[in-house]
Amino acid sequence: MSEVEVPMWAALPAAVLLVVGGVLTLIGAIGLVRLNNFFARMHPPAMGNTLGAGCVLIASMLVSSGMLHRPVIHEILISVFIVLSAPITAMLLIRAAVARHKKRDSGD
Amino acid sequence: MNQLLDIASNFAALCFVLAMMLALVRLFIGPSAQDRVLAYDTMYINGMLTLLMLGIRSHSGVYFDMALLIALFGFVSSIALSKFLLRGEVIEP
Repeated sequence: MSEVEVPMWAALPAAVLLVVGGVLTLIGAIGLVRLNNFFARMHPPAMGNTLGAGCVLIASMLVSSGMLHRPVIHEILISVFIVLSAPITAMLLIRAAVARHKKRDSGD
Repeated sequence: MNQLLDIASNFAALCFVLAMMLALVRLFIGPSAQDRVLAYDTMYINGMLTLLMLGIRSHSGVYFDMALLIALFGFVSSIALSKFLLRGEVIEP
């Protein structure tokens, strides 16, 4: 640990956001294991990943802004990238699953 | 105040590790290939979040670049796997 002290106004919301992000990610992974259908299993990881990543990225922005005493917003790059890429991945995966289900049902 | 942040990041690390292990369970038992791609997707996001959490803990800016690279390459490989499942080919002529 370094000796830099993170100010109170940044550390308190960052801690809350870290806890919330961890819990959301865990809920998403539990849903990924427990649900019994592939199309139902698509939903929980998407929720957990997007919201959990958003919470942790805002926490990271708060901590680095509080330490450097100026606004640091380059974490927005990752969050924009995740928000852009998550629906594309989900859509392609769903299309692959539908095509494979159709092929399996009509093949034999 | 640093102590509170340490406790919160320890808790977040525990949550990410548990989530990665659950995704590993789905990766092993997943009945179809798309389940395994979905589990892989969850795992790379969790690895990226772990790196961001380490960056918060150690007050260092190096972890951000690694997290950005993991997000980029994870997205590209996830798209490639989905495309392969969809068509049987990644790059079509």
